[in-house]
Amino acid sequence: MTVRRTTLGGRTHEFPTLVELMAKATPLRSGDVLAGCAAESAAERVAAQTVLADLPLATFLDEQVVGYDEDDVTRLVLDTHDAAAFAPVASLTVGEFRDRLLAWAAAGDETSISALAPGLTPEMVAATSKLMRNADLVAVGRRTRVVTGLRSTIGLPGTLASRLQPNHPTDDPVGVTASILDGLLHGSGDAVIGINPATDSPARTVALLDLVDAVISRYGIPTQSCVLAHVTTTLRAMEQGAPVDLVFQSVAGTQEANRGFGVTLDLLAEARAGALALGRGTVGDNVTYFETGQGSALSAGAHLGVGGRPVDQQTLEARAYGVARQFRPLLVNTVVGFIGPEYLYDGKQVLRAGLEDHLCGKLLGLPMGVDVCYTNHAEVDGDDTDSLMLLLGAAGCSFVIAVPGSDDVMLHYQSLSFSDVLTTRSVLGLRAAPEFEAWLARMDLLGDDGRVRELAPDAPAAKALLAAATP
Amino acid sequence: MAISVAGDDPWAVLRSATRARVALGRAGDALPTARELEFRAAHAAARDAVHSPLDVDRLRADLDGEVLVVASAAPDRATYLQRPDLGRQLAEGTTLPATGADLAVVLADGLSPRAVHEHGPGLAAALLERLPGWSAAPLVVATQARVALGDAVGAALGVRAVVVLIGERPGLSSADSLGAYLTWDPRPGRVDSERNCVSNVRPPHGLSYAQAADTVAALLAGARELGASGVALKDEGPALPSG
Repeated sequence: MTVRRTTLGGRTHEFPTLVELMAKATPLRSGDVLAGCAAESAAERVAAQTVLADLPLATFLDEQVVGYDEDDVTRLVLDTHDAAAFAPVASLTVGEFRDRLLAWAAAGDETSISALAPGLTPEMVAATSKLMRNADLVAVGRRTRVVTGLRSTIGLPGTLASRLQPNHPTDDPVGVTASILDGLLHGSGDAVIGINPATDSPARTVALLDLVDAVISRYGIPTQSCVLAHVTTTLRAMEQGAPVDLVFQSVAGTQEANRGFGVTLDLLAEARAGALALGRGTVGDNVTYFETGQGSALSAGAHLGVGGRPVDQQTLEARAYGVARQFRPLLVNTVVGFIGPEYLYDGKQVLRAGLEDHLCGKLLGLPMGVDVCYTNHAEVDGDDTDSLMLLLGAAGCSFVIAVPGSDDVMLHYQSLSFSDVLTTRSVLGLRAAPEFEAWLARMDLLGDDGRVRELAPDAPAAKALLAAATP
Repeated sequence: MAISVAGDDPWAVLRSATRARVALGRAGDALPTARELEFRAAHAAARDAVHSPLDVDRLRADLDGEVLVVASAAPDRATYLQRPDLGRQLAEGTTLPATGADLAVVLADGLSPRAVHEHGPGLAAALLERLPGWSAAPLVVATQARVALGDAVGAALGVRAVVVLIGERPGLSSADSLGAYLTWDPRPGRVDSERNCVSNVRPPHGLSYAQAADTVAALLAGARELGASGVALKDEGPALPSG
């Protein structure tokens, strides 16, 4: 193996392995410090970025970060690599690839950028993003087009969709319905109405699926439902004839971490096939939904790569997208501030990670959304999440997650509010998914200016929505 | 569905159906000032619960009997929050007496020192009352501590079981929730699946001291019979989230 080195400020920095080079080139975050793989000084970080910039992009096809023989994610990525799609950038270094992406983005050449996806590997996009500043992540992100659909279309230019997340600590049907109605009245829910169940019981999952399906049917809403139970629970629900639009699963970037989630690639393929067979789409056939997040592999102790060395959490996160893309998802989102300050300590780290994850997911061909969120023990507050949501809106993020008043009363963390989605759309001139926007208009919820109307408590549209909640 | 539109304010029905912050109204696209400030107040309480340090002298005064004080290897709050591994180790040079007792109770600040101040002494007393047949080591107060610090404390004290009463991660509506974590045969290297937990001790909103102490005492009796704690010890205690 080649020892890669560079001299910076009179000091020579050496990076004996690709794993160490990638980790030390990563902008500072607490999770890499915890894992023991972060750069030891600011100078070492820039030295690593300098070496990484000169690395041929094709290196990642020959040299692994996590071993091919040991890890099925690596095998999946390399065995499905599309050399023809890679050809336009095959001769570039990582630094040249960054420059090429920025040039295409500035010229508005979405086609050239978006066509690369099958030819890129997670490690390639992770490496490139490490050389980018936040504005670069935004500029390229907004020109990377990924459009998916089931009963609404996600990812069209000028749109920002939202997942309406009506969680309730006991899955109480009235409580869940109250949050759904509040979200719909704010124009949220075009990506999915997606509930994290309080327990993983199959009966509960079926009951919640029936509840949301009834709301969608009664109002004729062009969106989809999801109960974010374990994939095995959703498989059982499908066997029982439950109305499953989307199969959900949390995934991570190593075989070992996925084992910790209780999933294999075969299991995910089986679940996708089951949902496809139900034929519930109207505008598309993307029937899976995945969540990821930097730090998930480390928290499971499943973050080691070649030579038993710790892999940085951003590279592992991009590898999770390498898993997700095989199953043609409707939606993928990183849960960027959820896992805690030992992985992303403060607003600066969360902001950067959200933008990195969005771009890396998009470059790999994913309909990438972000749960812009934080816990109370992180150095993050509403000002930080405002900044991230607006930057993600500018970056063309496919969707964000929204909960009533930013307060998830089941998972005990703060995400965006329904109001935040309205603000982001207004400030940046973004719209809901077109099918959903047409529905808002039919419900008299859309103003002439394209904004979601604020209804008086006794407005006919509000009363109609509430009345329709009573069968 | 039991949502009705009777009455003058249909939104009141939504609000009464859940603790979620529904039907807050709007100021343009944003939240009205009063709702915004309510949210900030809840977040501020949670933040203060995380960052207000444990007042060891005050806690010691609230406890009966001899008290030992230890600190983890995390020197300050910022390090504690970013390095859970350090919060699981005792500070270098810590010495504790070997007691050979059956049980040690550790009061640990965790993520909410406020919870330990408010509920630690009450729960510790209620628990020890229920364990007449058990010899107990002196109470231990631990700062910048994670649950697993109890393993190192318990091993040093030479006890058969350790119960860690620790401040839980504050939520927007619960800044003072205490958790009790039981580990049989404590020693460094125990994993979370080898513990049992009773969480949300927070009268009057959560569990009372008596309820929590009954459960922990029953778990201790079960652990002594089984010679183990954690997933092998069924029913009362679910396996833990990591921490």
